[in-house]
Amino acid sequence: MRFRLKVWRQQSRSAKGKFVTYPVDNANPEMSMLECLDVLNEQLIERGEDPIAFEHDCREGICGSCGFMINGVAHGPVPATTVCQLTLRHFKDGEELVLEPWRARAFPLIKDLVVDRRSFDRIIASGGYISVSTGSAPDGNAILVPKESADRAMDAAACIGCGACVAACPNASAALFTGAKIAHLGILPQGKPEQDIRAIRMVTQMNAEGFGGCTNIGECTGVCPKEIPLEVIAAMNRDYLRGSWRERDNLVTTIRPFTEWSTGSKLKIDPSAGN
Amino acid sequence: MQLNSRIPSGPIEQLWDETRFTMKLVNPANKRRHSLIVVGSGLAGGSAAASLGELGYNVKCFCFQDSPRRAHSIAAQGGINAAKNYQNDGDSVYRLFYDTVKGGDFRAREANVYRLAQISVHIIDQCVAQGVPFAREYGGTLTNRSFGGAQVSRTFYARGQTGQQLLLGAYQALERQVQAGTVAMYPRTEMLDLIVIDGHARGIITRNLVTGEIDTHLGDAVILGTGGYGNVFYLSTNAKGSNVTASWRAHKRGALFANPCFTQIHPTCIPVSGEYQSKLTLMSESLRNDGRIWVPKRKGDKRPPNQIPEEDRDYYLERRYPSFGNLVPRDVASRNAKYVCDEGRGVGETGLGVYLDFADAIRRLGRKAIEERYGNLFDMYERITGEDPYVVPMRIYPAIHYTMGGLWVDYHLMSTIPGLFVIGEANFSDHGANRLGASALMQGLSDGYFIVPYTVGDYLAAHKLEKVNESHSEVRNAVACVQQMTRKLLAINGKRTVDSFHRQLGKIVWDYCGMSRTAEGLQTAIGQIRDLREEYWQNVRVPGSGDDFNQSLEKAGRVADFFELAELMCVDALERNESCGGHFREEYQTADGEARRDDEHYSYVAAWAYRGYGNREELVKEPLEFEYVHPSQRSYK
Repeated sequence: MRFRLKVWRQQSRSAKGKFVTYPVDNANPEMSMLECLDVLNEQLIERGEDPIAFEHDCREGICGSCGFMINGVAHGPVPATTVCQLTLRHFKDGEELVLEPWRARAFPLIKDLVVDRRSFDRIIASGGYISVSTGSAPDGNAILVPKESADRAMDAAACIGCGACVAACPNASAALFTGAKIAHLGILPQGKPEQDIRAIRMVTQMNAEGFGGCTNIGECTGVCPKEIPLEVIAAMNRDYLRGSWRERDNLVTTIRPFTEWSTGSKLKIDPSAGN
Repeated sequence: MQLNSRIPSGPIEQLWDETRFTMKLVNPANKRRHSLIVVGSGLAGGSAAASLGELGYNVKCFCFQDSPRRAHSIAAQGGINAAKNYQNDGDSVYRLFYDTVKGGDFRAREANVYRLAQISVHIIDQCVAQGVPFAREYGGTLTNRSFGGAQVSRTFYARGQTGQQLLLGAYQALERQVQAGTVAMYPRTEMLDLIVIDGHARGIITRNLVTGEIDTHLGDAVILGTGGYGNVFYLSTNAKGSNVTASWRAHKRGALFANPCFTQIHPTCIPVSGEYQSKLTLMSESLRNDGRIWVPKRKGDKRPPNQIPEEDRDYYLERRYPSFGNLVPRDVASRNAKYVCDEGRGVGETGLGVYLDFADAIRRLGRKAIEERYGNLFDMYERITGEDPYVVPMRIYPAIHYTMGGLWVDYHLMSTIPGLFVIGEANFSDHGANRLGASALMQGLSDGYFIVPYTVGDYLAAHKLEKVNESHSEVRNAVACVQQMTRKLLAINGKRTVDSFHRQLGKIVWDYCGMSRTAEGLQTAIGQIRDLREEYWQNVRVPGSGDDFNQSLEKAGRVADFFELAELMCVDALERNESCGGHFREEYQTADGEARRDDEHYSYVAAWAYRGYGNREELVKEPLEFEYVHPSQRSYK
């Protein structure tokens, strides 16, 4: 198969980016989208050009590292599939594919197709857990969980944190991501004691990160590789509303959003010694 | 050199209790004065960092991924074992211990394995309390399945995403500590060297993968939870970033590396389809509970599977192992797949595949029940291959999946460098020569939640460590080593890419040190690895610079380490003149082709000491004694 890949190239957050088009002549329908980029990168390196930076790790759709827009759709055209499992047989021979990074204020760009998603970690750190320290758990079967609840919690817990929901949302809202964790923990009896304050903290952090508001468009669930249902956002709103009444005296602070990577180290690899 | 495994004497069921009692404690008020460094944020590293933070230590946790939630533990599908006996089918701590020692083909330490089985029950409790959505019965109790050759149902699972859910539990506990200020998280940061001062591990050198900054992090102890080295084979089920660098650089600083040739081949992966292939995808072993494995009886039978009548099919596992059938341990299942393919009876375009057929199970249980059990796995299979496994049998082939070998540790999980602890897959300790299914998650969490938090405390309380700072000569030396190696890689500017070398190295290791090995093949491999390594340092091309985001440079350093490890794996495999577990030497097999152990000469842990670049490593043996489970020929007939 042959493709034309029109790829967003940007050296760093502060550099100016642009699209560059690369022909790929030796693609194979069994290849994944990322393997196609591997093949292209091998050629770029051999030609002395800078390979395309893209994020990936497990390549089986579960780690949540990978993801970019293909022709304007997060993770491309096949439902419930991350780009690492998206095989080229789903595209037409000779097609032009436009690859762009997730674009959202809360996901600053690092390089080419790689963005910084630490805002998601901070949303979890703000309250996306059950406060139980190691050693203080009762016997597993002491907490009965109806099968129905366990299944629904699992549906929400399947989120891989890739960020496609944010990229697909016209408001760059993180409601599906945040709602998924709130719903997962809120459905389970273990998560009930902190249900209200968890929603307050996580929503407050989400807003502080600069994600947009949710207007129930549903693009997020449409591109979600794990098909997280839109109802998790309803669960989030319900818990938030109830929480803001019950927890109104509880002062909620946020974690400072930051985008810096440098540790301030003076030790660098002398670039003049390289190359 | 003598290895002291620090196993107390006494009845096995009391050893861990006794150790916990004799260990020294750190005064709660003093804990925050101790800085601990945890490298890796998977099940082992993440759970350790969270638990140590909860205890009040001052923890720094590092991962190379963009978030601790991406660690490769996330990809584990099948489940986690625990000796709860919730199913009333006769399970017990002793039975889990027995199965694990036997499954490991008598090459693991009894005391460690017993402790693992004891702790297994607490792990489930902890994870349930964290909100891990394990599968449930209608009455609300936890459900179990039998898994990977076990004859009792002791495996807990969360659909086909157990690793993900357990990791998210640990990750959330970790983020809770980040919020509490006890843990500082450093994502996109890779450990490139270990700092050893006066014989004690005192810190690490890291590279910031975004800015290229080289940093020094000092502390009172270093804990590595950096995973296994399966990617030495290039094609493996590991995540692309999984690497041996942290362990290997610690090895070069003096930590012994144990049983490197003990690698596990997983029998149920999607077969390779082409040269461009970047990784292999595992299909959970739980599929073998309901799927039947077969190949055509006749060589070169190219009929589509549905047109091959029952009498022309060879259900070879059921035929050879009537009592375990399709549920034989991983090494046995893998080797048998290789045999039938070597005979020319393999299926699929490449002939490297066997069928895993669900037709019978669908007839017996209905499609809905199969969907419920394996729905997401079937979907994944169809996504990758374009074939519907509800209609056409799956094609599977073995692939490298897990590495039992790793840095040598004592009963306290401390390496031969005092103050350097190694947990999870990165150590060698619990699985012997073969790991049973659903035991990796158990070991990672056992080490991280329930062992290292105590043993690190004992180390800190027992040693008075001098204060050190960045101007110490050992720190400066380690920084210089890292800078020098990085510069060197960037300066070669040869003709071949890092991946092309890695792929070629992987092929050598797979061909000669994979599913079956011979002395002659291993010697050939050592020669080829050396030649290729030589070429690597002359002819690799690493584009870009060291002071920004450079994925080629990251890979280049990791592959350099894989070259050295690959040679040691072959040396270790050559030294071990027996077959055991995942290590199958063709010269040592029984008349019917099963592994033949040599307990008289090889009942030991082979721990290797680094002796300088290019020099043969020195073998140090830790003898293994079996007081409880007496070594016998494993039989799954």
